[in-house]
Amino acid sequence: MTDQEKILNEVTGSDYKFGFQTNIETETIPKGLNEEVVRIISAKKEEPEWLTESRLKAFRHWQTLQMPDWAHLRIPEIDYQDIIYYAAPKQDAKYESMDEVDPELLDTFNRLGIPLEEQKQLAGVAVDAVMDSVSVKTTFQDTLADKGIIFCSFSEAVKNHPDLIKKYMGSVVPYTDNYFAALNSAVFSDGSFCYIPRGVRCPMELSTYFRINAANTGQFERTLIVAEEDSYVSYLEGCTAPMRDENQLHAAIVEIVAMENAEVKYSTVQNWYPGNKEGIGGIYNFVTKRGICKGDSSKISWTQVETGSAVTWKYPSCILKGDNSVGEFYSVAVTNNYQQADTGTKMIHIGKNTRSTIISKGISAGKSQNSYRGLVKVLKGAENARNYSQCDSLLLGDQCGAHTFPYLEVDNRSAVVEHEATTSKIGEDQIFYCNQRGIDTENAISLIVNGYAKEVLNKLPMEFAVEAQKLLAITLEGSVG
Amino acid sequence: MLEIKDLKVNIEDKEILKGINLSVKAGEVHAIMGPNGSGKSTLASALAGRDYFNITHGKIIYEGKDLTELTPEDRAREGIFLGFQYPVEIPGVSMVNFLRTSINSMRKYRGQDPLPAGDFLKLMREKKKIVEIDSDLTNRSVNEGFSGGEKKKNEIFQMALLEPKLAILDETDSGLDIDALRIVSNGVNKLRSPENATIIITHYQRLLDYIVPDVVHVLYKGRIVKSGDKSLAKELEEHGYEWIKQEVDANA
Repeated sequence: MTDQEKILNEVTGSDYKFGFQTNIETETIPKGLNEEVVRIISAKKEEPEWLTESRLKAFRHWQTLQMPDWAHLRIPEIDYQDIIYYAAPKQDAKYESMDEVDPELLDTFNRLGIPLEEQKQLAGVAVDAVMDSVSVKTTFQDTLADKGIIFCSFSEAVKNHPDLIKKYMGSVVPYTDNYFAALNSAVFSDGSFCYIPRGVRCPMELSTYFRINAANTGQFERTLIVAEEDSYVSYLEGCTAPMRDENQLHAAIVEIVAMENAEVKYSTVQNWYPGNKEGIGGIYNFVTKRGICKGDSSKISWTQVETGSAVTWKYPSCILKGDNSVGEFYSVAVTNNYQQADTGTKMIHIGKNTRSTIISKGISAGKSQNSYRGLVKVLKGAENARNYSQCDSLLLGDQCGAHTFPYLEVDNRSAVVEHEATTSKIGEDQIFYCNQRGIDTENAISLIVNGYAKEVLNKLPMEFAVEAQKLLAITLEGSVG
Repeated sequence: MLEIKDLKVNIEDKEILKGINLSVKAGEVHAIMGPNGSGKSTLASALAGRDYFNITHGKIIYEGKDLTELTPEDRAREGIFLGFQYPVEIPGVSMVNFLRTSINSMRKYRGQDPLPAGDFLKLMREKKKIVEIDSDLTNRSVNEGFSGGEKKKNEIFQMALLEPKLAILDETDSGLDIDALRIVSNGVNKLRSPENATIIITHYQRLLDYIVPDVVHVLYKGRIVKSGDKSLAKELEEHGYEWIKQEVDANA
C-alpha cells in the first residue's frame, strides 16, 4: 500500500458524525404492514375519509407490484413486514411556543445545527423539522403568513388546506408511478407543504430537516411545493440518522408544481447514515422526486449533494410542459466504502422551446458503486427543445466503480441534445503538485474534489454550500489511491 | 545548504542516477545541463520526494536534515520549491484558493497563524508584478487553459510568493518565447539573495545568458561528468554535448 492509499483509507475511514441517538420517549405502532396499519396511521393523524381511502387504494396497488430491479444496485431482500411504519416523539406534537418542546429534542436539532429557535432569525432559514414520522416544529410561520406563504407540516396542511392538498397531492407523482411511490402513498407519515401565492417572492430559504431516530422504523415523508404564477421559492432539504447496524428504509416523495413564470429551486444535502466501513447498516434511500413546469416560462432546478445512505435510488425529474420552461439538475454523488448509488434525472420535454441542463458529478471511493442514470425525452410537439448533459465520474482508488447510463428518446427533429461524459482518476500528479506546495494529501484531495464538484456546489445557497464542502471532505476522509 | 552524496536512484528496476555528488551553498546558482535522458528531471523529482523514484544508495542532506526522511509536503514546508517542467491543471480550484491553502499550510508548519485574506491578496498583487503576470490569471483555475508560457510564469510567481530557500527549476525555459524567457529570468534574478540558492535544470545554454550561474554541471548517463564556471556552458553551446560524451565513453 502506498502512502497515498494509506491516507486515502484514513480519510475515507472516518466516522459518521451524526450517529447519535436521542433518548426520547417514542410512540410506535407494531411492526408490519396491512390495511389495518394503513388505517391506524390515518386515524393517528386524524385524517379525513378521502385521504384514508386514497391511502388504501395505494396500498392495494402496492401489493400488486414487485420491487424494481433494473438499477445497478445489489439490495438484499427487504422484509416489509419487519418495519415499523409509524413512530412519533411522544408528546403532543403541536407546540405553541418553544418552551413546550422537549429539551432533548431541541438538543438533537441543535446538534444537527438546525436553527430551530426563532431567535436565530439571522440565519434567515425557515425550518420544518421532521423527526421519525412527525413534523416537530415549523419556524417563521407568522413571518411567512404575512406574505400569504403557507409553510407547514403535511399533516397540518391536510387539516387547514384540504383543497390544495386534494388538488395537488399525487398530481405529479401518482401512487401508480412506481413501487416506492405506491408504498409512500399508503403509509406516508408527515412531511412539508409549501404554497407560494401569485407574484410572491419568498423572502427566505425554506428548509425541511428529516431525522430518523427510532429503531426498526421506516421514514416515509412527502413534500409538496406549489408555486403560483410569477412566484419564487428556494427550498432546502437535509437528512441524517443515527448509526445502527440494521438497515433502515426511507421512501419519500417530493412533488413540485410551478405555474407560469414561477421558479422553484430545490436543494438537498443528503447525509443519511451510510453504514459502517464493512457495509453493515445504513439507510436504504428510495425517493421519487419530480417537478412539473406547468406554466409557460416556468423553471424548476434540482441541486443535490448525495453523500449518505447505504443505497440510493433517486432521480429528481422535470416535466417541461409549459412553453419556454426550463429544467435543471445539478448533482454531486459521493460513495465510499460499500455504498451504492444509482441516481440521475429525467427531463421530459413537452412544450416548445423547453430547455434542460444536467450536470452530474459522481465521486467513487473505497469499494463503492456509483451510477448515473438519466433520461432525456423530447416529445413530438416539443419544437426547438434543447438539452445539455454532462456526466463526469471521478474515481479514487481502484476498487470502486463508476457507471453512466444515459437514455435519449427524441421524437422531434428540431431538438438539439448534447451529451458529454468523462471518467477520470484523481491524478497522482495533481496530488504531488499540491504536496510540493506544502499541502498534505488529505487536504489536496479535498481541494481537488471540491474543485471537481464546484459547478454544482456553486448552485447551492451559501450556508449550504459551506456545509456541503465540509461534508465532501468528511465523506472522503481516508480514501485516496 | 544542500549536500548530495553518492546518490543512486531507480525507477522500477532501472538505475537512472548512478552516484551523484553535489554541494550547493546559500547564495549560489547552479546550472545542471545535459542531453536528453541523462537523469536531470529524475534528480529534481528525487529532491522533491516523488514516490516512484527509489533511492537505493547515498544521502541528501538539506540544512543538516536527511531529506529522504521527509514527506514531499514537509520538504516544501522546509523551503524546497520545485518549478515543474509540466505544471498540472487542477480544474475548479482557483489559483487564489490553491495558494492560500499552500501558504497557510506552510505557516501552520512554522507555528504561524493563517494569513488574513486582505494581507494575502496584497501579497499576491505585489508578487504578480515580479513576473508581469496577468491579473486575470490568478482568478482562473490552477493552470487550467494556461498557455505554455503562462504556466511557466505561474511557477515563478508561486516561487516568489512562497519564498523558498532552495528552488529547483526543472526545464523552466522549455517552450518559452524570447519575451517570456526574459520575464521568467528577470523574476528568478530578482528573487536571488545571499540566503537562498537555486538549481536550474536546462538543456539549452540560452537561459544562462539571462540567469548567470556560479557553477555549471554536466549530467550524462546518471553521473555529473564535468563541472565548471559559466564558461563551461559557453563551451557546450559552441561544441554541443558530443565531445563530453566521447570523453566519458572513452574512459568507460
